[in-house]
Amino acid sequence: MSSSPPNTVEETLSLLERGDYVADRALSTALFLALRLKRPLFLEGEAGVGKTEIAKVLAATLNRRLVRLQCYEGLDVASAVYEWDYPRQMLEIRMAEAAGQSDRDEIASDIFSERFLLRRPLLQALEPEINGAPILLIDELDRTDEPFEAFLLEVLSDYQITIPEIGAVRAEAPPITIITSNRTREIHDALKRRCFYHWVDYPDAQRERQIIRVRAPSAPESLSAQVVAFVQRLRKDSDLFKAPGVAETLDWVQALSELNAIELDPRTIDDTLGTLLKYQDDIERLKGEPAAQLLAEIRAEQAAHA
Amino acid sequence: MNAPAQAIGSPGGGQLAPNVMQFCRTLRAAGLPVGPGKVLAAIEAVTTVGVEDRNDFYWALHAALINRRDQREIFDQTFHVFWRNPDLLKRAMSLLLPVAEQGLSGGGQPMQKRVADAISKDEPSFNEHPQSDDTPTIELDASLTFSAKEKLTSKDFEQMSAEEIDRAKAAIAALRLPIPDVQTRRFQPSSRPQRIDPRRTLRQSLRGGGAVIDIAHRRKAKRPPPLVVLCDVSGSMSQYSRMLLHFLHAISNDRDRVHSFVFGTRLTNITRALRHRDIDFALQKVGQSVFDWSGGTRIGACLHDFNKHWSRRVLTQGAVVLLITDGLDRDAGEALEREMDRLHKSCRSLIWLNPLLRYAGFAPKSIGARAMVHHVDTMLPAHNLDSLESLVEALSIDHRQSGVGMRDWQAMAEG
Repeated sequence: MSSSPPNTVEETLSLLERGDYVADRALSTALFLALRLKRPLFLEGEAGVGKTEIAKVLAATLNRRLVRLQCYEGLDVASAVYEWDYPRQMLEIRMAEAAGQSDRDEIASDIFSERFLLRRPLLQALEPEINGAPILLIDELDRTDEPFEAFLLEVLSDYQITIPEIGAVRAEAPPITIITSNRTREIHDALKRRCFYHWVDYPDAQRERQIIRVRAPSAPESLSAQVVAFVQRLRKDSDLFKAPGVAETLDWVQALSELNAIELDPRTIDDTLGTLLKYQDDIERLKGEPAAQLLAEIRAEQAAHA
Repeated sequence: MNAPAQAIGSPGGGQLAPNVMQFCRTLRAAGLPVGPGKVLAAIEAVTTVGVEDRNDFYWALHAALINRRDQREIFDQTFHVFWRNPDLLKRAMSLLLPVAEQGLSGGGQPMQKRVADAISKDEPSFNEHPQSDDTPTIELDASLTFSAKEKLTSKDFEQMSAEEIDRAKAAIAALRLPIPDVQTRRFQPSSRPQRIDPRRTLRQSLRGGGAVIDIAHRRKAKRPPPLVVLCDVSGSMSQYSRMLLHFLHAISNDRDRVHSFVFGTRLTNITRALRHRDIDFALQKVGQSVFDWSGGTRIGACLHDFNKHWSRRVLTQGAVVLLITDGLDRDAGEALEREMDRLHKSCRSLIWLNPLLRYAGFAPKSIGARAMVHHVDTMLPAHNLDSLESLVEALSIDHRQSGVGMRDWQAMAEG
């Protein structure tokens, strides 16, 4: 497998295809620019539309290491960048004492050496790799708080981290950075400005069918066509609290084909609705009559097209 | 940043760079925050992707120039008009700009917004009649008439005196919401021996050559949770609206992570307007952006709007919701109850400040209040809500000591 980044948008598209990722032209263009101009790609979109997957697919197809930083509230430098191995440092000091060593500069330079440094994801991402710069996935950035975002700003602009005791660590080649956000809060413009931005939308029916074909090849074609039509309708016109994402569609198709369903029918829909909708209110709203009616409409539509 | 300069001079650039720049300027005029840095990024992006394919060209500019989802529409429309015929756009802009300016009382900031509004709203019909000269009048009419059914008024607020501002600040400083600060996962140094701070311990001990190890301590930092205020500005609440907005402004500027919404017949997010330090300017902006002052109330519909479009964006990290309304709802019923339930489930704590409680014999018996009372954690009575101080007092009261608990209110609603 090649590990050099693509040279055109077409190549990017086929690269993603090789990793079983069905992307549209818009996303490939944004990704191509990010790879080419070595700037982070900022992906925003609803949950379950395949944002995180892009980084994984890139890592697999470009044959790079994937460094993942899962964000959460209160994420701090100690768990995102580096930490000193305190117990071992303490031990080292005791041993130095026992050996009668008392030069404090020497002890200091001893215990703050790379031996005692615990590298966390951001620092790992700056380290050189044989296969080329790693892929840095900063997942769900909206979950952290503003102070961490501000820190990230510095890292992403120079790809450099300063450890007071050692000095600056600078990446030879900047990592391929993918940042994702579910938009549970707005990320500051200063950070977005440094990235290429792309809003990952729900796929259209044709692309969604293609995704199912690639990701769940065992599902019968008639079933996946119905499932896609059903899900697309749900997203478009019903008043759901949370519309199902692509991940839910895939789950549903897989669940249905595990149950050996060849076609949707009202009963199976009711039984498996929990894989598609994740809020009790939404399930209640759709269960029974509304789902059956939706299915009847889809059937009529498909019969008319056939 | 030498690359962009090279890109501009690179073969195939030619007229492209000036055109892209012109396009960026158009976007800026339409209100998108497109600075020189982004112009360079855009030129770099299009020279990398090439101009052979219109689609790629579109998405390259899109990736470089957009950084919020809501900018897409403006970008899209500007792109299609501009890259078909830049002159067309120039004409459109020159027709629109003066009109947009007339509708304003001054200040550079709101004007951008207006231009953006004008351009984004105008595009569709502009395409239909590209030759027509009277487009602007039609457009601006359209933007003001899109909900003629409601009673739409913008509002002027009496300016705030310096003394009032001082008093507001003092009142906000005294505010203690009935919600404790929440522990974060971050640490701060502490003198009390709770947890050992290994990093500080080690650094301190090195000062003495490692001979004596002084244990340093740390504790979890606390901060107030995010606050979301949903404030009723309908007719029955209109006597309070000026004071409530002062409160919202003061609290927005006092702490971070505050989101403010007002509702009457529809929901408006006024967080950005309130961020302005100057209260009179902020209130002027709010007055212009909210159209349903002193009209009817549709609490259920507004809460539905909030739950669907905003709750996942602002109710993260354990937000506390402060709902300020008298619970008098025009179309109350099951919808309201369901939305209250959803809201209640999505936040850390839901506080209802009810000014109707000023009457001693009040019981939550109106249909709206009855639907709401079962889905709030705390109901705060406001017996006298004529000043900011009294509002702060009402909010700071320790409801556990006030004698009437949530159960009592709920029992009253039933009985």
